[in-house]
Amino acid sequence: MIALTGVEKTFGANRVLRGVDLQIARGSSMVIIGGSGTGKSVLLKCVLGLVSPDAGRITLDGEDVAHAERDAFLARFGMLFQGGALFDSLKVWENVAFRLLRGARKRPKAEAREIAIEKLRRVGLRPEVADQLPGELSGGMQKRVGLARAIAAEPEIIFFDEPTTGLDPIMAGVINELIREIVVEMGATAMTITHDMTSVRAIADNVAMLHGGLIRWTGPVADMDATSDPYVQQFIHGRAEGPIASVR
Amino acid sequence: MTLTSPLAAIGRAFLALLASFGRIVIFAGQVFVLAPRRPFYLRECGQALVQIGWFSLPVVGLTAVFTGGALALQIYSGGSRFNAEAVVPQIVAIGMVRELGPVLVGLMVAARVTSSIAAEIATMKVTEQIDALVTLSTNPMKYLTIPRVLAGTLTVPLLVGIGDIIGVMGGFMVATGQLGFNRAGYIQNTVDFLTLPDIASSLVKGAAFGFIATLIGCYQGMRSGRGAQGVGAATKTAVATASVLILAANFLLTSLMFSQ
Ligand SMILES: Nc1ncnc2c1ncn2[C@@H]1O[C@H](COP(=O)(O)OP(=O)(O)O)[C@@H](O)[C@H]1O
Ligand SMILES: [Mg+2]
Repeated sequence: MIALTGVEKTFGANRVLRGVDLQIARGSSMVIIGGSGTGKSVLLKCVLGLVSPDAGRITLDGEDVAHAERDAFLARFGMLFQGGALFDSLKVWENVAFRLLRGARKRPKAEAREIAIEKLRRVGLRPEVADQLPGELSGGMQKRVGLARAIAAEPEIIFFDEPTTGLDPIMAGVINELIREIVVEMGATAMTITHDMTSVRAIADNVAMLHGGLIRWTGPVADMDATSDPYVQQFIHGRAEGPIASVR
Repeated sequence: MTLTSPLAAIGRAFLALLASFGRIVIFAGQVFVLAPRRPFYLRECGQALVQIGWFSLPVVGLTAVFTGGALALQIYSGGSRFNAEAVVPQIVAIGMVRELGPVLVGLMVAARVTSSIAAEIATMKVTEQIDALVTLSTNPMKYLTIPRVLAGTLTVPLLVGIGDIIGVMGGFMVATGQLGFNRAGYIQNTVDFLTLPDIASSLVKGAAFGFIATLIGCYQGMRSGRGAQGVGAATKTAVATASVLILAANFLLTSLMFSQ
């Protein structure tokens, strides 16, 4: 279980997180929604220790992540970055197999390549892509390579930062199904950021809405439509009028 | 605006300079601590050796040959004012090996290598590739910085050695082709005059400048701000800082090694 209590983060004068409380049960799928620039990506990075919070506590299975042994801690995680964050000097398959080619989980090269190609197939990419460089792929393809890299070492906890942004509806459907599969079949814990309400309904066990640096609403996805919270209602129906200002 | 505010501004700038020097020293310390520890990224080291050493050869060679030639001309015309034209081979050799070779190679490496390292690492920072490395259990210091710093420290002395030779050859070509020096005599004079400490000092300087050039490139890249502007600023600062530090280190090393 991942638990965040009172997490705060400020960049200069920009108070991004103002006391976030959130819990994600083991083996469940949490989806975080919220307007762009509300700090969703920063929140994920705080859990991973890429950004250090100014205040608050983040624990994984009861242990404070700030004191965890870094290598062992990070080995449990996979992360898809919003921009893909592929290593542009490495071929696609070397990106996907990055963890399998070095360090504690090192495998023989041929085996790592095979795993990479299998993961690429799962995100809907042909084996030919494996030997290309990331710069030769479209944005949506890069996103899917990033996804393949995040799941390559079969981590217990996976973070997806906008996995379907920039994909066509059919490919988005494939990715939604894949994420659901990873949670249900592999028993992974997933935390997904998305703006896409179709994705939310396809992926989520629970939903949390981040607004104004706080978790505005959280609950099971089935309760989302019925909530009277005006912020959630405005967001899920994509209305221009409502408590969320359109100029932010 | 009070009377003391210009002083305060100077003080602030000076303190900022000290602080950034301190950060660079800490960064260098991390390199020394992490370098002997596993894992070693041999492939990255190999690539860095080729990028930094091999591909710098043309620019180093051209810089050295022109400088050696110009040096010969200057010493000849300066020397002729008190009938000392004959010292051209000796002064070219000492000037090239002790000072110009290392300094020019160092500055060319700062221009070519520091800039590209800083821009590459800064772009990786801006596009979250550095964060991605961390989440893939790879220490960016070990994976990016150490191979480059190692390659710089090992190959720049070689580049300096080659630059020294080519610079002396540049002087040789001008002196024998244009100034009427005897070929065998020129080479004999050069070889007789240079001592082992001259050559050693040249290579030691090369190692120091290679270390500085690559370290600063990595340091500024890792500290890059956001966006394309951040990458540009990181690259510019890296080249300026590396060049100044190389010149300062050159003065320091010269005064350590040559002032009795
Ligand atoms: N490293 C950083 N330095 C300064 N500001 C940052 C940094 N990372 C994020 N921010 C700011 O934090 C806010 C939230 O960013 P982010 O988490 O990326 O939003 P989103 O919810 O769209 O993912 C934005 O205003 C952004 O400018
Ligand atoms: Mg984001």
